Amino acid sequence: MDIIFYITAFVTLVSTLMVITRHNPVHALLYLVISLLSLSVIFFLLGAPFAAMLEIIIYAGAIMVLFIFVIMLLNLGKETAIQEKEWLKPKVWIGPTILSAILFAELFYLISSPSATYLVQQTVDAKTVAISLFRPYLIGVELAAMLLMAGVVGAAHIGQHKKTTLHRFLKEEEVL
Amino acid sequence: MEMILLLAALLFVMGIAGVIIRKNIIFMLLSIEVMLNASGLAFVAAGSHWGQPDGQVMFVFILAMAAAEVSVGLALILQIYHQHKSLDIDNLKEMKG
Repeated sequence: MDIIFYITAFVTLVSTLMVITRHNPVHALLYLVISLLSLSVIFFLLGAPFAAMLEIIIYAGAIMVLFIFVIMLLNLGKETAIQEKEWLKPKVWIGPTILSAILFAELFYLISSPSATYLVQQTVDAKTVAISLFRPYLIGVELAAMLLMAGVVGAAHIGQHKKTTLHRFLKEEEVL
Repeated sequence: MEMILLLAALLFVMGIAGVIIRKNIIFMLLSIEVMLNASGLAFVAAGSHWGQPDGQVMFVFILAMAAAEVSVGLALILQIYHQHKSLDIDNLKEMKG
């Protein structure tokens, strides 16, 4: 079980690294789907099959489709890739990378130094999650529903394409 | 267990790096998704470590929040592209942010 986890973690890290370094948005989206799939494998390994299914269905199925819609609406092409390639010169980010690597070494030392035991593999299935979701966390579900409603209304309001209108006095002057 | 927390921290750092180094708004939104995934991984790992469903419940809430955030963010991206004909955040200087 350990070696599977390490391989999946490697895939996740490599694909996420490719997401933030690609120049083409569609390539980055493909790598992000790979990253989400490998994360769902990790959820399965952690004994959370319900979270794994939600990860695939909602993230890789719904949210990525939204991204693909917008990228195809905007029709980003070669000029964006060239622009991003000009911005991502290695000499720009090599210094902050070294600093963050030092910080990461500190983090690695802090997490791995106490002798913690490896996690016990016990499955938390969908029934348990549903019972917990609809009994103690019911107010959270209601709030999530309100948040989704606000998101839909806000997206519909922001996304509508309205023309730039002048003030009505200026418009009268323009007519005259 | 610490390896999973390490993986979540690494993914989160990658998301922060993506937000900082990219100038395209779509890539910044993708990096925010990566960060939300990392925090969800931490929640699920903690929930399975204690054998409780609370971690997955929090993951469901993160998922709903990510869906709402992505819909509003993509609508904003469309509107910015219609008004500026560009997705470069350096072109948004009039926001005085």
